[in-house]
Amino acid sequence: MSSESNIEKVDNINSEERVSVASQGQLIWWRFRKHKLAVFSAILLLLLYLTTLFAEFFATSDPLESEAFRGLIQPQPIHFFDEGKLSPHVCAMEGTRDPYTYKKTYKPNCDKKTPVEFFTKGYEYEWLGLIPMDRHLIGVPEGYLAEEHIFLLGTDIQGRDMWSRIWVASRLSLSIGLVGVTLTLIFGISLGGISGFYGGFIDTIIQRIIEIIRAVPTIPLWMALSAAMPFSWSIVQIYFSITLIISLFAWTDLARVVRGRFLSLREEDFVTAAVLSGANERRIIFRHVMPSLYSHIIAAVSLAIPLMIISETALSFLGLGLQAPAISWGTLLQGTQNVQSVALYKWLMIPAFPVVGSILLFNFLGDGLRDAADPYSD
Amino acid sequence: MALYIGKRVLYGFIAIWIISILSFIIIQLPPGDYVSSYIANLAAQGSSLDQAEAENLRIFYGLDKPWHIQYLKWASRIVTGDLGYSFEWEKPVMSVIQGRILTTVLLALFALVFTWLFAIPIGIYSAVHKYSIGDYLATFLGFLGLAIPDFLIALIAMWFGYSIFGWSVGGLFSPEFGTAPWSIAKFLDLMKHLWVPVIILGTAGMAAMIRVVRANLLDELSKPYVVTARAKGISEWKLIMKYPVRMALNPVISMSAYLLPYLISGSVIVSVVLSLPTLGPTLLKSLLSQDSYLAGGIIFLIGIFTILGTLISDLLLLWIDPRIKFEAR
Repeated sequence: MSSESNIEKVDNINSEERVSVASQGQLIWWRFRKHKLAVFSAILLLLLYLTTLFAEFFATSDPLESEAFRGLIQPQPIHFFDEGKLSPHVCAMEGTRDPYTYKKTYKPNCDKKTPVEFFTKGYEYEWLGLIPMDRHLIGVPEGYLAEEHIFLLGTDIQGRDMWSRIWVASRLSLSIGLVGVTLTLIFGISLGGISGFYGGFIDTIIQRIIEIIRAVPTIPLWMALSAAMPFSWSIVQIYFSITLIISLFAWTDLARVVRGRFLSLREEDFVTAAVLSGANERRIIFRHVMPSLYSHIIAAVSLAIPLMIISETALSFLGLGLQAPAISWGTLLQGTQNVQSVALYKWLMIPAFPVVGSILLFNFLGDGLRDAADPYSD
Repeated sequence: MALYIGKRVLYGFIAIWIISILSFIIIQLPPGDYVSSYIANLAAQGSSLDQAEAENLRIFYGLDKPWHIQYLKWASRIVTGDLGYSFEWEKPVMSVIQGRILTTVLLALFALVFTWLFAIPIGIYSAVHKYSIGDYLATFLGFLGLAIPDFLIALIAMWFGYSIFGWSVGGLFSPEFGTAPWSIAKFLDLMKHLWVPVIILGTAGMAAMIRVVRANLLDELSKPYVVTARAKGISEWKLIMKYPVRMALNPVISMSAYLLPYLISGSVIVSVVLSLPTLGPTLLKSLLSQDSYLAGGIIFLIGIFTILGTLISDLLLLWIDPRIKFEAR
């Protein structure tokens, strides 16, 4: 008993010593590790971003291929067993038209089965736009009709497979957050840093600009600016303009964080020491002040990305963001703009789940990071 | 104190000036000008305008002048309440949007009040019962509210309303009041419809506000004056409401200033989804059809509302928190 408590004591001393000699990075990492939810979110997000690289591999059919006669098919579940034997298949969907309303309704007919194969050959695509490939995670062997395909999440009004579209859309939706945040970082750090480090007149001007930007409702302005983009622009041009438009109004939060930290760090003894030992401004900013800012910036960034994703989704949903051949979660949700489609074709709302999911994950991660950013507080 | 108010009003004017420039840029952004749109309109109706007449029109509207003169002309007309002419509606902008201004302001204001009514008590509960089930529940709902975009909540509400209750959620008036002039009956009808969009709009801001109230109250609760009051035997409920809550509410007021633009922003999208007769759907339509004077006018008006709102909340804070008077000196 007593020996056990002795060991514990030794352990305690060791851990206390470890804490007192640990670098700031280590302290932040230890703090962050304690937030199980944040760590979990970070891992999931990494996986999510990794899958966007292989979006076409997860897709079951060409996301742009439309077939009028397979429009608005409801989701089909995969049946793994057939009469007790393992043989994955989906039941073929048979459409009948109501003679009065002309509405086409689909019913699964389990006498006609479409086998499902894994790691199979499917439509051809270019992996990362470079390497031609035709392998897919799930697919249907050759020789089946277009409407006898597999629609895990149903089809939209033009008969395009929702499952495949959601996977491919994730690439634009998720990357717009990263690209936009890079611009936000540049604006936020430079303006916030200047404001906090120099103070005085420049600070007042930048603070007033921030106040005015925050007082302006952003969505109407975003809408107006994106509506002014010429129709002739390519997807890439529109993509970068949208990110620019969004980050033009989104940098203020980051600038405030950076300025606040700069203001308090400026008064710290180690900065005074650096000034007294004759370090120049550049060295003080980049060598002494910035390192204690990184963690705060990372936390602010992880909270800014979800805002970007929401903004792009909202703009594309309204038809002012990314345009037709480009697919993002927002453009997929365009199909749900009226009560009728929401009520009759529920599966068209499915793209909302990845939106909400990824935003939640980023918020959990950001919350954990914000807590860990200041490892010296209690 | 007068100095402080003067300063705030001055900032307000500067902000309005900047918004007027932004609106003017938005009007100028689409290719072509008023006259080329006018000619296109005439052509669509089968008649035409020759080159000389077009030139005369340009001179009449001052479109041959450099942009800063055009801006001054536009700005001076705005001061008199003339926002220009809508090509699509063939009416002055003001008469197109007149009926929708009140609904827009009411929607945002009620959403703000809704946010206060729910976020403040929930925030207080969360702070006082830190790490209780209720606290975790509030935090979780807050996260969810932050993560679900307004328009998705509107879609979900629409789906629920339709599939469970058989309502068609949407619109702000019953059919018989749609075009009727304002009356008490019409106002009551508006109230009957308004609560759904108010709740939808309020949820997102609520999440942020709960966190602010909770964090601030937690800071206050550990201060010595709370311990002193408790030692003197004040009942816990009275103690919390009388001292720390009052201190913790100041950031709520100053946060409302930033919540208002956010709510008005959100109301645009929610209105489009629920087809509410506010400025939102008109703005979207005008942007899609490049009806630039209408779009610019709406953006200018929306900007003015938010700046007025910000100003009011600043003055409110001055009235509630006397310390600001000293800082302003």
